[in-house]
Amino acid sequence: MGVHSLRAVLDVGQSVAEHRPWSRAIVTPEIWHLLVEGLAGRTWTLLGLWGETGMVHLAVLEETTGSMGVASLPCPDGQFPSVGRLHPPAQRLERTIADLVGLQPVGNPDPRPWLDHGRWPISQPFGAAMPRTELPSPYSFLPAEGESLHQIPVGPVHAGIIEPGHFRFTANGEAVVRLEERLGYVHKGIESLLDGATLERAARLVGRVSGDSTVAYALAFARAVEAATETDVPARAHWLRALMAELERLANHCGDIGAICNDAAFALMHAHCAVLRERVLRASAACFGHRLLMDCVIPGGVVADLPADGINVLRALVAEFRRQLPPLVDLYDNTASLQDRTVGTGFVRPSLIRQFGCGGVIGRAGSRAFDARRQPGYPPYEQLEFATPVRTDSDVNGRVWLRITEVHQSLKLVEEILERLPPGPARGELRRSGQICEGMALVEGFRGDILVWLRLAADGTVARCHPRDPSWFQWPLLEAAIENNIVADFPLCNKSFNCSYSGHDL
Amino acid sequence: MRKLLFQNLWRLPLTVAAPAPSEHALAELGAKVDQAARRRLGRSLAIREVDAGSCNGCELEIHALNNAFYDLERFGFHVVASPRHADVLLVTGPVTANMREALERTYAATPDPKWVVAVGDCGRDGGVFAGGYACVGGVAEVVPVDLHVPGCPPSPMQLLEGLLALLQVQRG
Ligand code: SF4
Repeated sequence: MGVHSLRAVLDVGQSVAEHRPWSRAIVTPEIWHLLVEGLAGRTWTLLGLWGETGMVHLAVLEETTGSMGVASLPCPDGQFPSVGRLHPPAQRLERTIADLVGLQPVGNPDPRPWLDHGRWPISQPFGAAMPRTELPSPYSFLPAEGESLHQIPVGPVHAGIIEPGHFRFTANGEAVVRLEERLGYVHKGIESLLDGATLERAARLVGRVSGDSTVAYALAFARAVEAATETDVPARAHWLRALMAELERLANHCGDIGAICNDAAFALMHAHCAVLRERVLRASAACFGHRLLMDCVIPGGVVADLPADGINVLRALVAEFRRQLPPLVDLYDNTASLQDRTVGTGFVRPSLIRQFGCGGVIGRAGSRAFDARRQPGYPPYEQLEFATPVRTDSDVNGRVWLRITEVHQSLKLVEEILERLPPGPARGELRRSGQICEGMALVEGFRGDILVWLRLAADGTVARCHPRDPSWFQWPLLEAAIENNIVADFPLCNKSFNCSYSGHDL
Repeated sequence: MRKLLFQNLWRLPLTVAAPAPSEHALAELGAKVDQAARRRLGRSLAIREVDAGSCNGCELEIHALNNAFYDLERFGFHVVASPRHADVLLVTGPVTANMREALERTYAATPDPKWVVAVGDCGRDGGVFAGGYACVGGVAEVVPVDLHVPGCPPSPMQLLEGLLALLQVQRG
């Protein structure tokens, strides 16, 4: 392996002309195997794996060249060779395909259902859609054997104001021996709601896959639509989108830094960070009419331009951050009791991070210098100067510092965008070809890279759309991060990851 | 740290003035909340938040209620960790089929008298997610709801107006 480039491998398949901007090829089982081996051998990184009736799609990234593409394998007899058999990051995605589409991954070592808890009125909603008659059967958690082990079941309803999910801890005294996650509680069937939706409705839905990343999701959706329809967006729209995306990053990173400290019982940081976060939301509402910036990015551009005083509002926001942030950073840096909790806690091996293609703060705090704003990159970031911060400590403390660095960076980006915002319209018309077309986009949200793949029908509605949250490749690493830590440090580890339940459960 | 704490002593508080209780909420509640229960709780209400399928947008704004601007606790509300300690369930999201039982059990675990506030457009009727195989619908499909605070998500101010109406009606 390693001798073939991704492009060369996909070129052997039958290229799908209407797929843009990266190639998609219908492949044979032999090419599929080649790709799976390449994933397992770290030549490529898994970007996504999803199904539709009679076919599975595998999106792959070649980090050395930045090229990416999709391989599609027809499954005439309702099954496909498992990717997860050799490449564990694919396992939950395959279990999901089996749940939703009914295609069976042959050889996946974990045949248990994942999102399907046996409570939907139908099974395989994307496949046979058979009415369900049997009662839900209990989920079999993985065993952990040994002397004096005990189990702690937590959730789905948690103690804080957070999303639902179930965590099954097996502990030896205080030390966690195994954590097993069970997710899927907030599965809303978004992919099936997207089937046949108009672009307007689809944009609203995709913008609500994970509310905290609404800008990034709406942007990924818009970019995928624009790729599919070969629409060019006015320059100003690109810059305004980046402005919103950086505001979203600022708000979330700020909230996370405070919340992590709060889980170490250091409420002062939390109180101050929450004030900063609130200021971002208020500035966002003043500039774009929505505190979380929902429904502001649409295919073709952005809904509304900055109002006349918008630049001043945002400059004042940046100035306020510059005043308030440094003492908070010092406080974090100088509070030994806080660092005692965060340093060395929740360590994730960088090799695991690479294997899972784990993005976002978790990835960059663990040596993986990946940022979708740089690779594959999208406007206007190629015209903006910023480095990709990387750390090697890969613990809770490292993830806090990485967020701090990125807050500084986003502040600078906001300033620079305000400075250089090009004139012109903030939205344009979408081209409508009247043909079936497909598009894909990868966008860096505050949590990591969000993939949106879609196919538009000839009438311009959505024929199939698959949004993939960064959490898919982060949740499994939380199970690894908590190993040998004490139960009481779980909230800290969990918060330092801040994975999305809704984004993952779809 | 001392400097930061001291600064807060002489800085003016950020806290916004209390909004008037929402008229619409008072009207909705007036019809439902029973007089006898109102007198029992004094002036403090314990809230348990339950995400029954939300996109997490509503949670962000519920979180914001606790920041220095809205300071929910000054009104006697506080968020508790268990339904067994709660008077009010604040429920978000379209109720998903996968969360239905958890919501029912949380409701059952909450002692009487109790109130349910359905938060967000999704909590009202499933919002954008209504209609699929995976969502049951609004919160009222599963447990009795006393008050709806619509919005996507409702702003902290709107949430506050709704909760204050609850407090006012409850005081009687
Ligand atoms: S009402 Fe809006 S913000 Fe709240 S859960 Fe529904 S979609 Fe998300």
